[in-house]
Amino acid sequence: MDAEAIRRALRRIAHEIIEQNTDLKSVVLAGIPLRGVEIAQRLAEFVREVAKSKIETGTIDVAMHRDDVGTRAELPMVHASKLPLPLEGRTVIIVDDVLFTGRTARAALDAISSFGRPARIQLAALVDRGHRELPIRADYVGKNLPTATREQIQVRLQQIDNEPDAVWLLKE
Amino acid sequence: MNWNRKDLLGLRELSADEINFVLETADAFKQVGTREIKKVPALRGKTLINFFVEPSTRTRTSFELAAHRLSADVINIAASTSSLSKGETLKDTARNLEALHADILVLRHSSAGAPQFLAQRLKSSVINAGDGAHEHPTQGLLDIYTIREKRGKIAGLRVAIVGDILFSRVARSNIFGLTKLGAEVTLVGPSTLVPREFEKLGVKVSHKIENVLPEADVVNLLRIQHERQRKEYFPGIGEYTTLFGLTKERAKLLKPDCLIMHPGPINRGVEIDSEVADGLQSVILDQVTNGLAVRMAVLYLCGGIST
Repeated sequence: MDAEAIRRALRRIAHEIIEQNTDLKSVVLAGIPLRGVEIAQRLAEFVREVAKSKIETGTIDVAMHRDDVGTRAELPMVHASKLPLPLEGRTVIIVDDVLFTGRTARAALDAISSFGRPARIQLAALVDRGHRELPIRADYVGKNLPTATREQIQVRLQQIDNEPDAVWLLKE
Repeated sequence: MNWNRKDLLGLRELSADEINFVLETADAFKQVGTREIKKVPALRGKTLINFFVEPSTRTRTSFELAAHRLSADVINIAASTSSLSKGETLKDTARNLEALHADILVLRHSSAGAPQFLAQRLKSSVINAGDGAHEHPTQGLLDIYTIREKRGKIAGLRVAIVGDILFSRVARSNIFGLTKLGAEVTLVGPSTLVPREFEKLGVKVSHKIENVLPEADVVNLLRIQHERQRKEYFPGIGEYTTLFGLTKERAKLLKPDCLIMHPGPINRGVEIDSEVADGLQSVILDQVTNGLAVRMAVLYLCGGIST
């Protein structure tokens, strides 16, 4: 996917979010670091532009809720979560760049529940590459990309990677 | 960078990047304390043993609470209740603890190097909670974290560490950590407790507190350790307070935004006056709160990698 394809995909997701949520002021777009946070920002801009409505964003870090702590030889940085509180009565939309095994989304569900009990939790991903290991599905998908497990999906976003927006499918 | 150490033995062997990595991780864990559920499953199923061969309440409690907040199981062993008092060697005691599948060993010991000795021999993570007069890395990290939180940076700040430097592991961990991050450290105290030798570590030494206070951005007052003092080093409590105590009068020399720190427990009226300890510039209780976040970060990082 190139920059224009990413822009169109996110714009379409924004339209779907507007359609599905009559009360946009109760919605929180919670990005998973790093790229999910940037994607949530972009979705929020599209929603504001199209619906002329405010929508809040936040960050939900999943590192301390993962089920594979203790299995890796190195640990990446943990980022602080930041959500508008209280979550009671709100709709939280988890936003990530790639949906793969579903384990990150599961960790995000767990993390959100430690902040409170939202009315609804939904899931948005720029790319769904399949190979789920848990009973999880996305409510909003930018693009379905059927892949082999040994292939890699690499998302590049200008603000994070200092490279033009792109989604690459790396073979082997 | 990523984290790949199973042990935290001291700040001397950490790079500036690694210290910053722990501080940033601690930011994330500090935020956990503001959640409705102040507990995360990161170390679920892991067992932590608090093995304190020297008495301590606040450090042990802080580690214990940090471990609980990470969902680890905790066992506390004090020297008086362990078989060390029956003559078992440190290594044998530790191997027994490991045979119980302890994943993380938090060790306080009166001998410098005891944590390193065990870290080289055990698969478990070993966290130094203070070894003799050597290092107390989590105290150093929480002091640095508190300064960074209040002042937004470490580089270029002037930090005065006052008191019994010679016997202080807190001072050593602060010196190693602060100088790596670019602070200018001055040690203050009587020449018996603050020998010029320390200048080799890249710090300044002063024997007159009035010269240091007006320039300082941070004053860290160490506790006078009555239990460790010997006559030949230490003149007497009264004389120490007269010459080096942070009295109300001396506190007037400080810049208005200078932070006043103390690792606790405070000897009110000895190294610091009550009014100063409870005053607006004091961040002593912030240090306690931050200690919890820093220890959660350290336990998560060292206990969270596969060994």
